[in-house]
Amino acid sequence: MKTLSLFFLLSVLWSCADAPQKLTHIESKQILISDTIAENKELETFITPYRRRIKEEMEGVLSYTPNAMYKAEAKFNTPIGNMMADAVFEMANPLFKERTGHSIDLVILNYGGIRGGINAGDITTRTAYNIMPFENEVVVAELTSDELQALVDYLVQNKAAHPISGIQVILDAQGNLSEFKVNGAQNQRKSYYVATSDYLAKGGDRMDFFLSARNVQGLDYKLRNLFIDYFKKKDTIAPVRDQRFIQLQN
Amino acid sequence: MNRSKFIKTTGAATGFLAAGGLGVLSAFKPKQFSKHLTILHTNDVHSHIDPFPANDSRYANLGGVSRRYTFIQQVRSENPNTLVLDAGDAFQGTPYFNFYGGELEYKLMSKLGYHASTIGNHEFDNGIANIAAQLQHAEFDLLSSNYNFSNTVLDGLVKSHQIYEVNGLNVGVFGLGIQLEGLVSKELYKETEYLNPVEIAQEQTRILKQNLNCDLVICLSHLGYSYRSDKIDDLKLAALTRDIDLIIGGHTHTFLEKPSLVENLDGRKVLVNQVGWGGINVGRIDFYFDEAGENENESLVIEV
Repeated sequence: MKTLSLFFLLSVLWSCADAPQKLTHIESKQILISDTIAENKELETFITPYRRRIKEEMEGVLSYTPNAMYKAEAKFNTPIGNMMADAVFEMANPLFKERTGHSIDLVILNYGGIRGGINAGDITTRTAYNIMPFENEVVVAELTSDELQALVDYLVQNKAAHPISGIQVILDAQGNLSEFKVNGAQNQRKSYYVATSDYLAKGGDRMDFFLSARNVQGLDYKLRNLFIDYFKKKDTIAPVRDQRFIQLQN
Repeated sequence: MNRSKFIKTTGAATGFLAAGGLGVLSAFKPKQFSKHLTILHTNDVHSHIDPFPANDSRYANLGGVSRRYTFIQQVRSENPNTLVLDAGDAFQGTPYFNFYGGELEYKLMSKLGYHASTIGNHEFDNGIANIAAQLQHAEFDLLSSNYNFSNTVLDGLVKSHQIYEVNGLNVGVFGLGIQLEGLVSKELYKETEYLNPVEIAQEQTRILKQNLNCDLVICLSHLGYSYRSDKIDDLKLAALTRDIDLIIGGHTHTFLEKPSLVENLDGRKVLVNQVGWGGINVGRIDFYFDEAGENENESLVIEV
């Protein structure tokens, strides 16, 4: 700004620059920031101490994946989303059982909450930060069958690959709900225990069906830490796309 | 040199030409305009201070704040009349934010010479008090006109607009943010009140163009590029307002091949641009001005 105002001052002093101006021409281009552009040494020196501290914590190898995965690679369900929802189910269920005596029935996270892809190769602490940079925690909400129906309707309307586990949703060829099953069963129960993040439980991403839940229990377990623990537990992470959310063809 | 020899005008206020046919023109163009303003812009950088890693499945080795600095310096040395702008969500996405809360992002934007940014939804991720705290590291303006902060800690710290005087040109810049309810937890944004972006944009452009005689009006928008629903987006905003020359957008992480051109309420073209996210790209828009009255019939030529 200082340079600009100096320039402004100079131009006012010696030119007739204040004649009314008319916009006559606009050009645009987009510049890809790639390795053809040199790094600025001074800035690198400034960043280095910040970078070093983070690097020490981030580079620990936790697991391995043979495949790259990212959230937009398929419709309705994706390997990365399935892995995340299954991880929540596997890691949070024993905790919830120990505290309440109940079991988690299903898990729902949101598509928009998958904040990065996973590259092929080593999975590190940084991977967990990439997919889950937020500080959100796991909560379990007790939903009535009506609220569960609203959750299913949300999935049917959205048609996005929101991570889910423990529930199967099948759409007909027109995109309407054909059927859904929780733990493989269609029969209705009085209530369902749904694990999610505290962000979604407060109605984030328009998941309004959580707002009326009678009972929401926090597990004091950050999602990112859950993924770190899950990765540590597994030698290899190789999730696949499956039948949990699909649309039937004619 | 009379450009009307080259450019067939339509008789409307704006002419529009695709890039291909004008190669001849660019060789001598810089000399024939009286003023030249360059806008550089980013959006949704999301704490991507380092380039994406070499094994990244989609953006390997792209981005990086230090390279961006080199590029901005190059452009500045060619044209000192350059403004550097950002459309929000500088925060959140790498451990730099988890560890330092946005301090490094704002310090680096200051070093890069950013003039202004707006408030994206992720700026609220560590709470509204954290935005106020990080502002001490920002040597640029944080602009937002449709968030009413009067009952929050940001009261008095965020301006609705700022006019930048560049080589005698008055460039008015205002900011617009997205509806926070349902997107950000209330405990994070607290008493921030979201105001209708279209009404506020109309008010801001009236102030900047009619009252303060700006030569150019730029909107930094974190509304998102385009939604199929009736939710407000940059394309709709452009069509529903007047006197905005350029909307620099964000939020939807949209990669565009070139800026979109939208007709506003007066039938004039508005440029709407967005350059993806993560600091992968920088957008560059060059505005050329002539002294008014030299050639009254001259139309605006947009090469995108």
